[in-house]
Amino acid sequence: MAERGATPQVPALRRRALRAVRSLFTPLLPDDYLELINPLWSTRELRGRIERIDRETPDAVTVLIRPGFEWTGHRPGQYLRIGVVVDGVHHWRAYSLTSEPERPDGCISITPKLVETGVVSPYLVRRARPGDVVRLGGVEGTFVLPDPPPEKALFISAGSGITPIMSMLRSLHRGDAVGDVVHIHSARDEEGVIFAEILREIDSSQPGYRLHLQLTGRQGRLAPGNLDELCPDWRQRQAFVSGPAAMLDAMSDLWQAEGDRELLQMERFQPVIGGEPGEGEGGAVRFAKSGVEARCDSGTPILVGGEEAGATLPFGCRMGICHTCVGKLCNGKVRDLRTGKVHGSEGEMIRTCVNAPEGPIEIAL
Amino acid sequence: MNATTAEATTAEVEVQSPLAHLSEAQLEELAREFDAIRDRVHAELGDRDRRYIESMIAMQRRLAVVSRVLLLGARYRPAQVAGTAALSMAKILENMEIGHNVLHGQWDWMNDPQINSSTWDWDTASTAEAWKHSHNYVHHTFTNILGKDKDLGYEIMRIDPQQKWHPVYLFQPLYNLLLMAFFEWGVALHDLDFEAIRKGHKSKAQVKREVAGIVGKAKSQIVKDYVAWPLLSGLAAAALDAATETRRGGATRRGRRRRGGLAGVLRSALASGRGSYSAAAKANASANIIRNVWAYAIIFCGHFPDQTYTFSPEEVEDESRGGWYVRQLAGAANIEGSPLFHVASGNLGYQVEHHLFPDLPSTRYAEIAPQVKQICERYGLPYNSGPFGQQLGMVQRTILRLAFPGGSVRPKPGPYRGEDHAAL
Repeated sequence: MAERGATPQVPALRRRALRAVRSLFTPLLPDDYLELINPLWSTRELRGRIERIDRETPDAVTVLIRPGFEWTGHRPGQYLRIGVVVDGVHHWRAYSLTSEPERPDGCISITPKLVETGVVSPYLVRRARPGDVVRLGGVEGTFVLPDPPPEKALFISAGSGITPIMSMLRSLHRGDAVGDVVHIHSARDEEGVIFAEILREIDSSQPGYRLHLQLTGRQGRLAPGNLDELCPDWRQRQAFVSGPAAMLDAMSDLWQAEGDRELLQMERFQPVIGGEPGEGEGGAVRFAKSGVEARCDSGTPILVGGEEAGATLPFGCRMGICHTCVGKLCNGKVRDLRTGKVHGSEGEMIRTCVNAPEGPIEIAL
Repeated sequence: MNATTAEATTAEVEVQSPLAHLSEAQLEELAREFDAIRDRVHAELGDRDRRYIESMIAMQRRLAVVSRVLLLGARYRPAQVAGTAALSMAKILENMEIGHNVLHGQWDWMNDPQINSSTWDWDTASTAEAWKHSHNYVHHTFTNILGKDKDLGYEIMRIDPQQKWHPVYLFQPLYNLLLMAFFEWGVALHDLDFEAIRKGHKSKAQVKREVAGIVGKAKSQIVKDYVAWPLLSGLAAAALDAATETRRGGATRRGRRRRGGLAGVLRSALASGRGSYSAAAKANASANIIRNVWAYAIIFCGHFPDQTYTFSPEEVEDESRGGWYVRQLAGAANIEGSPLFHVASGNLGYQVEHHLFPDLPSTRYAEIAPQVKQICERYGLPYNSGPFGQQLGMVQRTILRLAFPGGSVRPKPGPYRGEDHAAL
């Protein structure tokens, strides 16, 4: 089964009414017909309509989305899986929510930055238009603003790493609970500062908020050594760091050495991927449902490796035509043994009979 | 009888494996060429294809809604006829161009959670799960291998002279007609695979689960087509009748009394309701049967016309990928028709292309047909095709003839020699 959106919060009466007339539409659901009128009415998965797209920088936009049903809320700092159709294919990506949960209009926003080689960000930044419908998946993430918020906080962000922090700042700003916040944000130049306007607005209206913009093109990168000067009491503050891996590693080392590691929270956007997958190297396979672990070399299909390891797996033609053996890829990449092409993204349906793992993978079988 | 004998001798001489004249190397090259077609199409799939299937599904659902609304007025003859026609078409599209093809995984590349072989269910007696096993796997992998492809006569019919005759086949012309009308039920029972059950290849739990699946599908189809919608139709008619009767009776109490009072109004409403219920139920039954007959006709024309080859298990031992492609090609037959015909038949008029590439989106079959023909011409392979009437006629003739013992393999058209020589 391909990935679908989160289950929406549908009023109980409406659910009951839809269930009552189900037998008229079997094997489909009333939903299948109602979606023809308005795709947001799906009660199977939460969808949203793009309300507005605002350009933040030359290569980043904020996409404001109105969910089809009441937004179940999120904690500032969490991210959302969002599904879009690009060239006919559903793609899912996680983006930090940049809106605060308390928004009165019930909308949510994400702020993708263009990755030229990507699929979803070029679509969102360049091609998406107000009115487009997107699928909204689950909200996840442990990089969140504590409740109640800390009295003294330090936010360190760089580039698009500011996105989860923006949700935290907006939430504090709306609740007038900023307290004492030092925010050090790095960007290459003025033009590249995402949320420049709202940051300035918070800076001028909230006396407890102090912003330091580090323009790395001119001033160089933020070094751990700069902290004593920019925020002398950093050791006493609850710190939230979000940005590229090199910065996170440097800060983590600093807190380990001189500060209180307990007070430091970090957002790593890229999961740590073990090893460097080379040309046709095979890999370990974890079958999530059965718990079986297998190892496939570069020429062994996932199906064969799994069976050799004792897993009972669905299979049919064993030649890539019948789709009986498909399983959802949870993580990792696979190599199509017929074409040699490496592919696979989270949630993709993989034919286990003609694909070998390329590096470690997990599959929902 | 003389003619048949003469035909039989020539047939026996002519019918040899369609791939006998190809070397290992040629078969390998052939496989590469067919693989290349699939890869090319796969690389091209995109927005155009998605728009097609989405609008096909949307159109089918609108048609279904229109037909159900028309049938609310089923006691009026024109509404009943129009509603039946629309519902038949909706059911045909749902089964053929949408259901069959989605369940093949033809649209799985979109990664859509709904239009996906792993989540789709269709309006027929077979469960999606059983169908994917018996059709996608057994039939499409072992196509036309005697004894292995259970769709070859569906285990109840003798449609190849090499199948052993049994007196029960004397009745096959009769149950052929029954199968035609109740095709979906025949297919559902066939999916159970009685031979496997008899031989103990299936666990009791599995048989139980599969039977429960069919019963569940049967129940929901019966409730939908013979209870719920007819009931709505009956209620609509009764309400309309009551409203008009009351109005016609005049605003005055005297007028109503003259017409039999409230009881009279109710009696009349009940009668119209009952009439409408049965008219709608009949319309739904007709639509199911029309869909069944159509599906039967298209599917029987796919593998049973005279031109198609069958294979013995010995012939396909250690079959190469090239050999597999040739078997798919020679074991299937196309049906010629208009674009509308092809949509209504789920593009199974391109049975040859479908069997070569069962998981390519159906809309692409017409586009690759010229390339497939060209390969057939170059490798001296058959490309079976014929008009609908001719193909269906051949199938029916075979069913009648092979009800009796004997029978001979029909002559084959031989290698495809281009458009100009296409006629047999």
